[in-house]
Amino acid sequence: MEVIDLARWQFGITTVYHFILVPLTIGLSTLVAILQTAWVRTGKDKYLRLTKFYGKLLLINFALGVATGIVQEFQFGMNWSEYSRFVGDVFGAPLAMEALAAFFLESTFLGLWIFGWDRLPKKVHLATVWAFAIGSMLSAYFIIAANSWMQHPVGAEYNPETGRAEMTDIWAVLTNNTTLVAFPHVIATAFLVAGTFVAGIAVYWMVRHSRQDKDHADLPMYRTAARFGAVVMLLAGVGVIITGDEQAKLMFEQQPLKMAAAEALCETEQPAGFSVLAIGDMGTTDCNEVNNIIVVPNLLSFLATGTWDGEVTGLNQLQPEYAERYGAVDENGDEIVYQPNLVVTYWSFRLMIGLAAFSAALCVAIFWFTRKNRVITQGWLGKLAVISLPMPFLAASFGWIFTEMGRQPFVVAPNPTGSDQVMLMTLFGVSEATSVGEVATSLAVFTVVYAILGVFWFRLMHRYAVEGAPHATYEEPTDDADRPMSFAY
Amino acid sequence: MDLDLPLVWFILIAILWTGYLVLEGFDFGVAMLMEKVGKGDRGRRVALNTIGPVWDGNEVWLLTAGGATFAAFPHWYATLFSGFYLPLLLILLALIVRAVAIEYRGKINDDSWRRRWDWVIMGSAWIPSILWGVAFANIVRGVPIDETMTYTGGFFNLLNPYALLGGATTLVLFLSHGAIFLSLKTDGEVRERAEAVARTMAPIALVVAAAFAIWTQLAYSVPWTWAAVAVAAVGLVVALGAGRARRYGWAFAGNAVAIAAAVVLIFGSLYPDVMPSSTDPAYSLTVDNASSTDYTLTVMTWVAVIFTPIVLIYQSWTYWVFRRRLSADNIPEHSSLTFLPKKSKAKQ
Ligand code: HDD
Ligand code: HEM
Ligand code: HEM
Repeated sequence: MEVIDLARWQFGITTVYHFILVPLTIGLSTLVAILQTAWVRTGKDKYLRLTKFYGKLLLINFALGVATGIVQEFQFGMNWSEYSRFVGDVFGAPLAMEALAAFFLESTFLGLWIFGWDRLPKKVHLATVWAFAIGSMLSAYFIIAANSWMQHPVGAEYNPETGRAEMTDIWAVLTNNTTLVAFPHVIATAFLVAGTFVAGIAVYWMVRHSRQDKDHADLPMYRTAARFGAVVMLLAGVGVIITGDEQAKLMFEQQPLKMAAAEALCETEQPAGFSVLAIGDMGTTDCNEVNNIIVVPNLLSFLATGTWDGEVTGLNQLQPEYAERYGAVDENGDEIVYQPNLVVTYWSFRLMIGLAAFSAALCVAIFWFTRKNRVITQGWLGKLAVISLPMPFLAASFGWIFTEMGRQPFVVAPNPTGSDQVMLMTLFGVSEATSVGEVATSLAVFTVVYAILGVFWFRLMHRYAVEGAPHATYEEPTDDADRPMSFAY
Repeated sequence: MDLDLPLVWFILIAILWTGYLVLEGFDFGVAMLMEKVGKGDRGRRVALNTIGPVWDGNEVWLLTAGGATFAAFPHWYATLFSGFYLPLLLILLALIVRAVAIEYRGKINDDSWRRRWDWVIMGSAWIPSILWGVAFANIVRGVPIDETMTYTGGFFNLLNPYALLGGATTLVLFLSHGAIFLSLKTDGEVRERAEAVARTMAPIALVVAAAFAIWTQLAYSVPWTWAAVAVAAVGLVVALGAGRARRYGWAFAGNAVAIAAAVVLIFGSLYPDVMPSSTDPAYSLTVDNASSTDYTLTVMTWVAVIFTPIVLIYQSWTYWVFRRRLSADNIPEHSSLTFLPKKSKAKQ
């Protein structure tokens, strides 16, 4: 293994891990804010209990989200210093804006929210959770803007004197069309994750209570939560599909290789069908080893171009086009393979879309079985709810794996309508100062530490979820200095 | 614009580090002293909860300093973090487990669970408290950097007497800072013990920091930073005197000024370099050759001018909301959850 391989594994592992936690924080913070708003407006006890219940789960998740995020901030410098030198002038800006505009907001107001229940007036306290939720979305915006620039560099020029990409237009960077579709896609994803989470746990509890005691007093509360989650899933699901479709069209223009790889499309086709299942040896660079078994005619043409008979270029045609435009051999004299890893891109794309089926099924089931004041009693639905819980998390991870691996061999993919010099091969982004030993050490240490912390995270989430919504009381803020705090570590 | 933007950003980054070291400095100090001033679970909780609502916001100063360095001085960011790889790895690990430990310690009602996390909270405060000093001292001293701005030294290059003194300096400053903060924010027995620690630590901090400042000044600095050394000394003397007089607000301010002056000393001795090369001064990273373009710096200046005051306002507001002293009476019962639900019910 060389530094580049280890560094890629490390980035992949730490980022995917971070992003398992991220969508739940983004989505759930807003859902908790909505629940708390409902409580402030109606005064109903069930909303207060749900706020506290899901709020606690949010905090357990947030802690690990923050912990894994810290590494992200420094990893570019540690393992990818050549990349940092090349892009810092452009890429550093959204990253710094994220810290200044979003992370401060998020972390400060979360502290106020956790500890402020008995210190702040009700409405001010409510405002703190909204500030936290907005902060987490802002942070997503800036980091997606940074990432989108790597997918589709705009607003920058190559300066041969300094040998790096330099920013010419911040506005172009922040309103990159790639950002404008990726951000809503990621936010919709976050709500799908959080909606499934809220609904899944509520259904589990409905089934559990209704089996022990048909008239359990908590049933209406969990029914509310389940339906709330189902509405969120429905809206988010529609959002994910619409924005995903937009992304596919942009991807076809901006990174045609990724599109072709996602479909294992070897030869140009017009019209092109969407492959549902393919077999064959995708591990090789010879794309013709792949056989499509189930194909939906014309669908790929529609996804990529918006017309049913558009032409989609195949990998075998794109490789020479790229070789001519961006070079046939790299600085080390090796032939450049422009085709990303087929197995990964093909399957991660399908898993991203396919795993969302669980949320869809859960969503429909909840609407149907809770209609007209019914509660869910069926054991199999409880099982479906629990199985569905992790699925959108996985779908989101596969989405990132697809996006990032599909961009290879570039770390900054060239913009076909922009400057050909503003691009960087992953191979040349890696640090020169770091040794195999160092990266191997950090890879091993992070993996082990993350695994251990992941176990605690899971056990706590599980423990608090199966404890159910606590009985909550609200005490007005007073100046009584001797009263115990409403929350303390 | 005629502003020297790289210089402006050099100063802004110094300000971000000042914010970080002043704020997280007492967080670390409190965590390191948790055991000593706490004596028992309730006392440790009193100590920990003085930083409860603010520690995460304080840590963001570091993330902002990192992000701002990336945006304003990409080469500095790249050379520093790829070069100081292992110390940075240790710091990151400490910050990771610390965040989780603080948040998870009270979630399960079990003494050994809490004890273990408490050790993590304490241990993970010692590591960065020492290593930040080591890192900054090495930057000032200069490290081997070649003509491509690549760090060519190893890990052991970073362990030299001057750097170790730097590590000792941040350590004692943070211990003193944390003890003063606890004296200011707690009541009852915890406060008494914290005041005792504060009284012991203040003179030690003064001596160690003075040694480091004078070494820095004589070996690496320029004449005008004597002013920073003097201010730092005054700050630490005020901290010492005010601590004796039990005026902890003044003591805290004195310490904060001293930390800020130390940052001025460090950045002042660096300028115009950001990372001097010990291989050949011609290879040093400087404010000019490491910086971003004027366009990027202008954009970032606007961002900083707009957002920094806003951040300062709401962070100060947080401190005001949680201004009350904490004592054992304010600490609520533990959450009653354990990993074995049946047992916990039997106990109650
Ligand atoms: C789509 C959203 C998204 C994406 C792609 C990323 N993050 Fe993230 N990040 C968040 C959304 C987020 C968040 C929702 O704001 C988090 C997650 C959990 C949390 O606690 O805040 C967060 C936390 C978080 C923190 C801790 C902040 C704190 O202390 O409050 C840092 C330093 C980063 N992230 C940095 C990064 C970097 C450098 C990334 C790029 C590789 C990255 N994140 C990807
Ligand atoms: C949080 C969601 C993200 C996930 C799950 C993710 C996932 C991945 C994965 C799996 C890789 C490894 C690809 C490979 O080795 O071939 C990777 C690489 C990389 N990603 Fe991302 N990524 C995410 C967001 C980002 C963002 C927001 C940025 C930039 C701001 C980014 C920058 C990079 C860089 C620099 C690499 C290293 C080069 C490479 O190996 O491709 N990623 N990412
Ligand atoms: C009909 C369904 C969907 C379509 C058509 C779709 C389409 C896409 C496309 C084309 C990309 C790649 C963008 C690029 O690399 O340029 C992408 C990325 C991604 N997808 Fe989806 N997607 C769908 C469903 C989902 C679902 C259900 C989830 C998760 C719950 C999800 C999460 C993600 C994530 C996290 C990314 C990476 C971030 C990004 O580039 O936006 N997607 N999606």
